[in-house]
Amino acid sequence: MLKKIFHHAKSEADCSKLCCTKIEHFGVKAGNNVIFADVNMHVHCGQLTAIIGPNGAGKSTLLKAILGEISHSGELKYTDAKGKHTGHPVIGYVPQYLKFDVSAPITVEDLFAASLSSRPVWLLPVSNREKILTSLKRVKAAELIDRRLGALSGGELQRVLLALALQPMPDLLLLDEPVSGVDQNGLELFYEILEDLQNNEDMAIILISHDLNMVARHADQVVLLNKGIVCQGTSQQVFGDPRTRKIFGVLAGDRYSGNPGGTGFVWVEHQKRAGCGCPECQADNEPEAKEEK
Amino acid sequence: MDAIYSIMDAILPFSWLSFDFMKNALLAVLLITPLFGILSTMVVSNHMAFFSDSLGHGAFTGLAIGAVVGIFSPMSSLIMFSVIFALLITWIKNKSKASTDTIIGVFSSTGIALGLMLMSYGGSFNKYATYLIGDILSITPEELGMLLLVLVLVLVLWGLLFNKLLLLSINQSFAKSRGVNIMLVEGIFAAMVAVVVAISIQWVGLLIINSLLVLPAAAARNVASSVKQYHVFSVAFALLSGISGLVMSYYCSMATGATIVVLAAAIFFITFGLRGRMVR
Repeated sequence: MLKKIFHHAKSEADCSKLCCTKIEHFGVKAGNNVIFADVNMHVHCGQLTAIIGPNGAGKSTLLKAILGEISHSGELKYTDAKGKHTGHPVIGYVPQYLKFDVSAPITVEDLFAASLSSRPVWLLPVSNREKILTSLKRVKAAELIDRRLGALSGGELQRVLLALALQPMPDLLLLDEPVSGVDQNGLELFYEILEDLQNNEDMAIILISHDLNMVARHADQVVLLNKGIVCQGTSQQVFGDPRTRKIFGVLAGDRYSGNPGGTGFVWVEHQKRAGCGCPECQADNEPEAKEEK
Repeated sequence: MDAIYSIMDAILPFSWLSFDFMKNALLAVLLITPLFGILSTMVVSNHMAFFSDSLGHGAFTGLAIGAVVGIFSPMSSLIMFSVIFALLITWIKNKSKASTDTIIGVFSSTGIALGLMLMSYGGSFNKYATYLIGDILSITPEELGMLLLVLVLVLVLWGLLFNKLLLLSINQSFAKSRGVNIMLVEGIFAAMVAVVVAISIQWVGLLIINSLLVLPAAAARNVASSVKQYHVFSVAFALLSGISGLVMSYYCSMATGATIVVLAAAIFFITFGLRGRMVR
């Protein structure tokens, strides 16, 4: 709690120089079921904020609330770099996965042209191919421009969607587990791209991830969410916190000790069981254990 | 019209075109099939095959209401009812949590049953039988003019609306995140298809109208890998099956609409075999 207050105090001071987005008292309910309540976050341009937490913690819902797709309580305040209040930030969003018909005859170029202009794609030649190539180069996907969407691999599709989310360049970029099911190379590539964005664009990034080691290595701020914020701070602070240990449970032992920046955790969700004495298990008397591989 | 006929005589000196009704029918095919080819791309991409089928059924009711009530001309009653029917389905589909095919099924069966009920009133069903099979040879020059108008309107709307419709066809929430007004775009598209179905039902026929809204694009998907190719193939397949169907039906004296659909289906199966080789 102290850490949270301290972090906020520090951020307020920074706000004179950087654009910042404040999420204040966010809460979402589905019927009588509270998905999360009283979430306060503060993100800056040039910062990568990672949201971690078990399944059902409300991570994706939080992003959708920020997007404005679902109704929520609380406020989103955005201030640009000059300190002028600018209302709602431009938000870019990359979904967890895009469900679409893989047999659809749509190329990456078609997708971009249809998203970025009202020039009918079916009739006229694409006028801004150069611009599309430039934005694809940014995510190292220029060679994919003439590929069919259904022929892209998971990692390639995510990069294309990221490039699309960067048009127009957003103030706030929301990534919902963008690399789940992407191989190691794709993963490295994705984080490289994020680093480039962090360093060269005036943008704050919020990322949901289950890959705690990647989070530890790249995130400036980590938020542990479980129906509300459990703790937030730098990755050392959060991963050193006993509450994180309680939720994520198992230590990886020596496997990651040679890996600087590793968290010491592997992603094994805490097994809730009847006899367990931890506060989480006592709080909700669910006998059945949730499990993720 | 006479000018057009003499031009056709000059450039197409075929015996089957010596009759005026065949010239009219050819012109109708040249107008209707591209229309269906274009619309079918998004009917198929948006998984609306069943929806467009139900539109034909709705049009049937509109026709019956027009004929029985008789306040409006049958044509305006037909168009009006079809559009209302289409918008109602789209609206309920977006508001309700029930699955789309259930809702369409409910509307579709209500439409056809209501139509049959009204038409059979007083035992006069037989005079409506042409609407089931359609008769493209009966088209008049005035109706051709109306078809041309509809084609131009659809092309204009397609130019304005297409990109949004394409995003919608990829994924609804993705389209929403790119600022597409889903209800509006879907509603306009549904109304467009409804008008086209309502107008062409008397020449194409209820039983086969949906095939023309599905087959060209379904075949085009087998061989196209971009949006432009998709349109080119879809329109080309529709035209090809339309013209050759008309000629074939003349020489073999078969129902024109059905012949066109059978040829379109044949194109689908041929392209299905080529599938792996054409699509990247």
